[in-house]
Amino acid sequence: MEATIAESSKGKTWSGGGNRPFDASYGKMMMWFFIMSDALTFSGFLGAYGLIRFKFIDSWPIADEVFTHIPFIHGNFPMYYVAFMTFILIFSSVTMVLAVDAGKHMKQNKVIVYMLLTIIGGLIFVGSQAWEWKNFIGGQYGAVQLTDGKIVQFVDAEGHQVTLESFASDAPSERIQQTRSNGLWFVSEGALPPVTLQQVKEGFAKHPEIAMRTELINLETKKKTIVSREEANKFLAHATQVVKGANLKVNEYGATLFADFFFFITGFHGFHVFSGIVINIIIFFNVIIGTYQRRGHYEMVEKVGLYWHFVDLVWVFVFTFFYLI
Amino acid sequence: MANDHAHSHTALIWKVFAFLSVVTIVEVFLGIKKPDFLYLTHFLGTSFLNWIFLILTLVKAYGIAWYFMHLRDEKTWLRRAIVWPVVFLISYLAFFLLYEGGALQDILREWTRWSYN
Repeated sequence: MEATIAESSKGKTWSGGGNRPFDASYGKMMMWFFIMSDALTFSGFLGAYGLIRFKFIDSWPIADEVFTHIPFIHGNFPMYYVAFMTFILIFSSVTMVLAVDAGKHMKQNKVIVYMLLTIIGGLIFVGSQAWEWKNFIGGQYGAVQLTDGKIVQFVDAEGHQVTLESFASDAPSERIQQTRSNGLWFVSEGALPPVTLQQVKEGFAKHPEIAMRTELINLETKKKTIVSREEANKFLAHATQVVKGANLKVNEYGATLFADFFFFITGFHGFHVFSGIVINIIIFFNVIIGTYQRRGHYEMVEKVGLYWHFVDLVWVFVFTFFYLI
Repeated sequence: MANDHAHSHTALIWKVFAFLSVVTIVEVFLGIKKPDFLYLTHFLGTSFLNWIFLILTLVKAYGIAWYFMHLRDEKTWLRRAIVWPVVFLISYLAFFLLYEGGALQDILREWTRWSYN
């Protein structure tokens, strides 16, 4: 608290001795330089993503087919939910800048309201991202991985993806879930895929209307290639496992690196949002107890505001590179 | 304080918000529709549609940095000290990484089998 800080150290350690280069305070300037370095970190990650994407440009997963969920509604809705998340974040940026604006006019109550709205917006965003991750990890259709790591998916006559369960045979499975109570007590195992490879193979043989789709993109039509039955059987002969959902080793959408970059970059951004919320909450309580009213200015609100806007700024790019392009 | 503005920026803030929202809606609309005459084209390494997305993204970034992070109220050289290094370094990094990615694809394509015998 202001009163507890010794007069001599105040204005030296944390304000750069009162120097104001470019008419900016020490704290604000350092926040800007932190933001610059963080911007370069994010561009390093997004640049690496771009490199890998161009490397696999002929087989990269198509975002529209991956992110298709809306809460409480079944069906295929690409983009809508992530657009909603973008709006939430832009709107929380607006309430943040309104809080800064109110702070310039020393209107404590307005700052409190706007900070609270900003924090709520941030929480909704992080929650949405968690939900997005849950869908991504859980998967939707399931796929089969081949010996060389390629992923093949299954489509109906119209070329729409179908779930493995919808055509797999109900041949008895030789494999049951390993648990501590029925197996080795010191061994645990992730959830087994809903069907076995054998069931997929038998089901595929029985259903002539089901076709196989490879990762290869036809660069003319920008659609994944659907192969003939004869080809498909050759592919299936090389199958090693059924894949449902996504993790860091394998995912049903295609290239492993796709999920790796998705987890890493959206996770890193989500962690920034989370830290932003925590910092906002700290400043929010400082505003409530009147710290800045007594200090005579609301520059702290401005500084956390800069960080919060930066998080929004990064999301604008993540949104473009993961969902639009 | 650096910016002792007597007047409030509220009206401007809402205008910028409206602008950013419209840009986002346009992006999402194009992203869902993916009109063929933009999507199935090729221009400087990618489709026209992707160039539109990229430019709209930079416009949004400008709006956020200039108005929300109020760079426009800062002294000219503070603004330049922040913007120029970032713009230069990121363009540099992006150009070489993406170019290298394309080169890797050119090599990889020769060695990737999409059929089995």
